Amino acid sequence: MASPRRSTDLLPHLVLVLGVAIFAFPIYFAVIGSTWDASTIGRGQMPLFPGPLAAENYWTVWSSGEGTRIRSTPVATLMFNSLVMALVICFGKIAISLLSAYAVVFFSFPLRMVFFWMIFVTLMLPVEVRIIPTYEVIVNLGMFDSFAGLTVPLIASATATLLFRQFFLTIPDELVEASKIDGAGPLRFFWDTVLPLSRTNIAALAVILFIYGWNQYLWPLLITKSRSMETIVIGITKMIGTGEVQNDWNLIMATTIFAMLPPVLVVVFMQRWFVKGLVDTEK
Amino acid sequence: MRRRVIFDDKLLPYLLLAPQIAVTIVFFFWPAAQAIHQSTLLQDPFGMRQQFVGLENFQAVLADPNYLGAIRVTAIFSISVTVLAMAPALLFAAMADRHIRGATTYKTLLIWPYAVAPAVAAVLWLFIFHPSIGVLGRALNAAGIVWNYHLDGEQALGLVIFASAWKQVSYNFLFFLAGLQSIPKSVLEAASIDGASATRRFWTVVFPLLSPTTFFLLVVNVVYAFFDTFGTIDALTKGGPGTSTVTLIYRVYVDGNANLNLGQSAAQSVILMAIVIALTAIQFRYIERKVHY
Repeated sequence: MASPRRSTDLLPHLVLVLGVAIFAFPIYFAVIGSTWDASTIGRGQMPLFPGPLAAENYWTVWSSGEGTRIRSTPVATLMFNSLVMALVICFGKIAISLLSAYAVVFFSFPLRMVFFWMIFVTLMLPVEVRIIPTYEVIVNLGMFDSFAGLTVPLIASATATLLFRQFFLTIPDELVEASKIDGAGPLRFFWDTVLPLSRTNIAALAVILFIYGWNQYLWPLLITKSRSMETIVIGITKMIGTGEVQNDWNLIMATTIFAMLPPVLVVVFMQRWFVKGLVDTEK
Repeated sequence: MRRRVIFDDKLLPYLLLAPQIAVTIVFFFWPAAQAIHQSTLLQDPFGMRQQFVGLENFQAVLADPNYLGAIRVTAIFSISVTVLAMAPALLFAAMADRHIRGATTYKTLLIWPYAVAPAVAAVLWLFIFHPSIGVLGRALNAAGIVWNYHLDGEQALGLVIFASAWKQVSYNFLFFLAGLQSIPKSVLEAASIDGASATRRFWTVVFPLLSPTTFFLLVVNVVYAFFDTFGTIDALTKGGPGTSTVTLIYRVYVDGNANLNLGQSAAQSVILMAIVIALTAIQFRYIERKVHY
């Protein structure tokens, strides 16, 4: 390129460092907050450097969740609930989407396109627009306040089905033919050929869906009642209440760090899959 | 689009489709139909009696000044979040696209907020902007600016917008960066041989070539601001003070859950469904999609 390199090199670094700092800023103070005691923070006197109580605060929220002013569910339980919810949604979605995409692509049968459109249309019906009637269905089915209620309604996914369908259409006919000549039935072909070929897509989708499941808010808020069923995101907002000054902010911040850790680590360490998943699901 | 070679089992495809179709009917179609049905009924608060009232619920909702207020809040909120989440993302992407040292590290450090739940993002910023314990909240008050988002509706809305946009920048950054990297270098070289400065190259060559990405992100960000920010609002302000941060989604929740006004809540759901259908249609009609039917 003709433009002189050196003179313009400083600007991008400045801008990007500023961006990184804005992103990291609230995390820094959350970490600091989690290392002091509640009354120091409550007086508005939190220092800008870490305090001595990190181990104590993190251990308290992890094991008992009981502070001086709030009684929360232990983070160990909250994280377990979030983990179950995220994993069931993630693998449930992938499993049923793989099956239905396989049916739509590799078979010809009456009402094929009707089923396809039924799945497609769910794109237009997010939970948020049918809150109350969906809640009623859950109650009538006896799934209220249970893991089944938390997860099953969220595993239908048009996005994942469309993604797998796209990919299956690129599998060459010759492969299917060869497989049929070898005497393989549809299930054998699915297991031996289609599934191994889909590995990359499954990994990318799994990263995105794990984050999606872990970060759910409205649905667990509606569907859980007992404190032992709460997910960690719900647990935090219950701890905050109306945001009074006199609260165990140190414990709330420790819980917040716990809540962010799994999805952030997944994004950072599985970055390649994450980026692929994000771009794929939007196409 | 059809394959040439297919399997010819009669029953198997239905069995394969069964789980997804069952979940779809029970948890999507049935509730959606119920919402439409309930939106035409008037129910007493105890659910004992109900009568058909046609479009009366819709009339009541659309004539309600509070609902019009929620539309106004939603419009301000969506536009602000979209602009605030997209403009910095484009700037960061343009900078990260240059061949600079540490580009990969910058990328990692700029994408992680995507993984933060909207409600958790709200909690992080609440801790910063709390008027009496937050670092910046206290600083503002000390500087003589009266800052209390518990009392000031505009400040509350501003904070919710800021927290929502903060989390979404990463997403836009990734897509802008991918868009920038797909622009052929030869085009840029031609422009610079013609003597165009970096700024001029950006606005006359790069930005127009990015427009499919920009348009796609516009729709995605509006959808995000509409639907995914429920957690942000619930954690930060619970719609308050007054109704200054009540968006359309938040109102459906409050009306159906706390106020038990089922008919009007259902009517609001139906209106929202219409909005989603419109947004999805725009997304598919005008954006280059790789889905073929």
